[in-house]
Amino acid sequence: MLVVSAIGVLWVKHLFGAAMFSGIFSFLSALLFVMLDAVDVAFTEAAVGAGVSTILVLATIILTKRRAKEWKASENLRPLALVILTGGILIYGSLDMPEFGSSTAPAQTHVGLTYLESTPKQIGIPNVVTAVLASYRGFDTLGETAVVFTAGVGVLVLLGGFIGTRRRKDQG
Amino acid sequence: MKHHLVLKVVTKIMVGFIILFALYVQFHGDYSPGGGFQAGVIFAAGFILYGLVMGLENVQRVLPPWIAHKLMALGVVIYTLVGIYSFFVGFNFLDYGALTPSHPEHGQHYGILLVELGVGITVAGVVISVYYAFASRSIKSQDEEW
Amino acid sequence: MVGFNLEQLVTFLAGYAIYWLFIILMMTGFYIVVSRGNLIKKIIGLNLFQTSVFLFYVSIGKVSGGTAPILPMKLKVEDFSIYSNPLPHVLILTAIVVGVATTALGLALIIRIKEAYDTIEESDLLEMNREEFSKENREDIEQGGLFKK
Repeated sequence: MLVVSAIGVLWVKHLFGAAMFSGIFSFLSALLFVMLDAVDVAFTEAAVGAGVSTILVLATIILTKRRAKEWKASENLRPLALVILTGGILIYGSLDMPEFGSSTAPAQTHVGLTYLESTPKQIGIPNVVTAVLASYRGFDTLGETAVVFTAGVGVLVLLGGFIGTRRRKDQG
Repeated sequence: MKHHLVLKVVTKIMVGFIILFALYVQFHGDYSPGGGFQAGVIFAAGFILYGLVMGLENVQRVLPPWIAHKLMALGVVIYTLVGIYSFFVGFNFLDYGALTPSHPEHGQHYGILLVELGVGITVAGVVISVYYAFASRSIKSQDEEW
Repeated sequence: MVGFNLEQLVTFLAGYAIYWLFIILMMTGFYIVVSRGNLIKKIIGLNLFQTSVFLFYVSIGKVSGGTAPILPMKLKVEDFSIYSNPLPHVLILTAIVVGVATTALGLALIIRIKEAYDTIEESDLLEMNREEFSKENREDIEQGGLFKK
């Protein structure tokens, strides 16, 4: 299903369809996140990917064009070769990884285990992800908040979020 | 606009629930999935829904653009102030033990609450400001077929 | 192949097939970015690529038989003793938010590009760039190249 919606984004010439397919993709990947036991991530992905991202893409489509230009099939050979090469290298690299769901993998045995064990004693809240995000790795979250703020400022500079300046003389 | 009546009525009911849900997610981030980011996005989604159905001028009467811009910065300031406060009291930067010096473990709870609040305010402010910026552009293209 | 039987193959596939699914999704997103000329499609493809990478990363932290990393209210860890690793979740949470910030900035840029050049197709933009570059070259040569005052 995920592959179908990804191919949908690829094929569709009408950009509205592409936006809808990307929304479907976000929702389906949120479901997959729940199956992978990542409930916080699923929550965020559903809210952000299927909500905010889709709204912004639709707003952009309204403000620009609604159809993509036609493309020739012969232009696709080089990208296709590149993609197949990269995919092959990645699949070859994934054979080295520990099996899906193994509990002896290096990712599970070091820091993750420590966080799970010391959260009840040192922080005392049940949601381990929030504890790690806000307390053990609080500095990263500060940086991320700064990144979100910078992106907001960037969009305001580009698009001018003030109603009064819409009638500036350099806008048609 | 009579043919939008159903949308308007449903929106008026839903927006209250959406904002309540956003506050619930924000403050229950300690006990259930949730936390600052999700709450900020849901809060902004409530306002975006109101703006989509009722029109940009109406939603900007409720939350003027200058408030949204100030909210963006306020969250980052709250977060940094928590860190700097613990810096001045004598602990490390962003060490939540500084908030309750007698019981360092209880301070974790207060610290996480404040910090997530800061994150939620910033994310809500950014998403609402971005929506205002996108929606207030004048549409220059003709109305082609959809 | 020596010692090859169906059971081994099935176990092997069950362990790795999900990684390959995510890699296929990643490559589809990558292909959209590389091959389609429309700028909005490129941004959507980038989003697909990002989300598939997040799926891949979170799947590394999954422990079979485990549950979501939220401890029960009484904070006893021994009740349900297998939890999935919370560390990838935290990193991906940050990454999702950074991703939406990047997408918003990219879309704002696309709107400005449309207003400045009246097109959002990469081929048109490259052609405009080429024409302007060759026009500058011609003017430069007419004025004497390296020897103009």
